[in-house]
Amino acid sequence: MATIESSLKNMLLTLFVITAIAGTSLGFVYKMTKEPIAAAKAKKQQEAIKMVVPAFNNEPGNEVMTVTSKEGLPIKLFPAREDGKLVGVAVETVSNKGFAGNVSIMVGFKPDGTIENYQVLEHKETPGLGTKMDAWFKTDKGNQSILGKNPGKDNLTVSKDGGDVDAITAATISSRAFLDAVRIGYESFMENKDKIEKGGAQ
Amino acid sequence: MNQWKNFSKGFFKENAVFVLLLGMCPTLGVTSSAINGLGMGLATTFVLVMSNLVISLIKSLIPEKVRIPAFIVVIATFVTIVEMLMQAYTPALYDSLGLFIPLIVVNCIVLGRAEAFASKNSVGSSIVDGLGMGLGFAMALTMLGSVRELLGSGKLFNFTIYPEDYGMLVFVLAPGAFIALGYMIAIIDKMKKA
Repeated sequence: MATIESSLKNMLLTLFVITAIAGTSLGFVYKMTKEPIAAAKAKKQQEAIKMVVPAFNNEPGNEVMTVTSKEGLPIKLFPAREDGKLVGVAVETVSNKGFAGNVSIMVGFKPDGTIENYQVLEHKETPGLGTKMDAWFKTDKGNQSILGKNPGKDNLTVSKDGGDVDAITAATISSRAFLDAVRIGYESFMENKDKIEKGGAQ
Repeated sequence: MNQWKNFSKGFFKENAVFVLLLGMCPTLGVTSSAINGLGMGLATTFVLVMSNLVISLIKSLIPEKVRIPAFIVVIATFVTIVEMLMQAYTPALYDSLGLFIPLIVVNCIVLGRAEAFASKNSVGSSIVDGLGMGLGFAMALTMLGSVRELLGSGKLFNFTIYPEDYGMLVFVLAPGAFIALGYMIAIIDKMKKA
């Protein structure tokens, strides 16, 4: 095949040229896709906020509060207000207890802490098992659903751990991580509730 | 070589999954649903065609002793490009496949075709070979994904066929992938001999 002799100089030169071209073209594509990727992520975040809290008319993205949970995880709080009155808070929360890596979700709480809705943002759980969390905890079947529950009053852990929520079949670890993220989000929200409510009075 | 034969060999006679048994990692990993299998197959097809094209173009410029590193760099570049493009323009597909895209780099089919075909044949034949092999791979993954999705969760391309409760969970899990693949290879083998 090769017509060029495998001398050290030739080998070095060819590999250098090939990697240089590869690097340049990657840099070019990176630059080209950087904005669409950021836009796609921002859009996903906004849609997630819209989905998990009641109707609002402010810009939650502009009022975002970043706090650190007791576990040292970064939590983002997006207050949703209608005409200046707090109608809910979308909490971007994360748990590091997943089966594979972090589980990141957006949970919407009403001002009293009741769960309005949630949206799974990012995780690396087993496809076909852990991935079911997208819909599982919204489905009104048995004790699956967490919607309308309040982490302050209800025991939101899986039934295996003595809680009131049915875990995803064959994905107890993913379920635990999900509920852990909900709990962390709830605690972060409650700790900063006063600050968030005050923010709207200004 | 007859170009039609060159194209069609990837589907049946030399199908990467059912006959050559190459690329088992993504095959068993992503095929928990038909749509995942199809997406993975098409992403691999793109990488295969592009890397075959480039490698057949530069084959006479690469000293023999460094050809494998050179091929890997070319393949890895295209995989990274696919990953970034998917992330930018098809975020939903990226979410379900994202984890497996980087694995295309180490997919034996891609390197195998570069080494066994593109480095010895003309540009045209190499593109046809990449297309045939890639689509054959996509077909195999989609078939395997359909079987597993249907038996495991009662759906086909996300359309419910029968209630999920009657599904056999094992087919969504890794052991089910081995079982389904084994039976499919046996059937294809029987058909080939007939």
